[in-house]
Amino acid sequence: MTSVALVVAVFAACVVEAVEALTILLAVGTTRGWRSALIGAGTAVVALAAIVALLGPAISAIPIDWLRLLVGGLLLIFGVGWLRKAIMRAAGLKALHDEDEIFATQVAASRTAETERRALVGDWYAFTLSFKGVLLEGLEVVFIVLTFGTNQQDVPLAAFGAVAAVLLVGVLGVAVRRPLARVPENTMKLGVGIMLTAFGIFWGAEGAGVEWPGADAALLVLVPAVLAVCLAYIAVLRRRPELALGRSLERV
Amino acid sequence: MRHLKAFGAFWWDFVVGDDWLVAVAVVAGLAITAALVHVGVNAWWFLPVLVLGLVPVSIRRLVRR
Repeated sequence: MTSVALVVAVFAACVVEAVEALTILLAVGTTRGWRSALIGAGTAVVALAAIVALLGPAISAIPIDWLRLLVGGLLLIFGVGWLRKAIMRAAGLKALHDEDEIFATQVAASRTAETERRALVGDWYAFTLSFKGVLLEGLEVVFIVLTFGTNQQDVPLAAFGAVAAVLLVGVLGVAVRRPLARVPENTMKLGVGIMLTAFGIFWGAEGAGVEWPGADAALLVLVPAVLAVCLAYIAVLRRRPELALGRSLERV
Repeated sequence: MRHLKAFGAFWWDFVVGDDWLVAVAVVAGLAITAALVHVGVNAWWFLPVLVLGLVPVSIRRLVRR
């Protein structure tokens, strides 16, 4: 895997996560006030830094084959999940991820919630909502950075890709003050799902003791092969959506 | 105890997600691959075939819910 591929893979995955976190933060900040929302987001960032400080050295201490087995397995579980949702959205079996709609839902919920003061936080609802949103999406960013970075023995480069993504989304979010609905999120999710799945297969099998034909070059076949399979599933489900259900089809 | 349960539920949701079958199949797939390698079969093909079958099965399970 080249340095460019590492940065691109991490950057794309982190843009998707950052857009989701930004949507929640914007909804909370604009309806409940920015102070508690930003304290919540800041606390989540501190928690994420603590997790990185704890997990980083621990991950580095794991023997490389065990690490690849563990990371490959986790990437495969995440990757198949991302692929499944992206295929269902592209085939029309699931609503497209709509940041405007999510934003509107969050805004409506924020407007009706009561204000409760706790310790230094003026609005506990705003604090917990932005804290949870940033922590959850941030955990996925941390996982991607640590796994891709450790496997490629270049965590700083992976972190660079993640920081660039978060900064880009953050700056755009501040500039437009509304959800980044124009980001082609489903296409990006499909791309990230393909990368996670292909690398999960590659590292998982390596960790299990497999020797790939062509060594690292096997990835050059795995990535397009996973893409081709996904496109084939999308094409089949678009033409015959009833295959996903059996007889009757209901939207999910 | 309540916090411990919530902590466990959070990690279960984060790692396993909305279809536990995927997690079980991946763990089983890695174990089978390792077992095949152990008996002398270079089973590089096993995980790709598993994923090929796992994706439509998981889609069907989610759509049926």
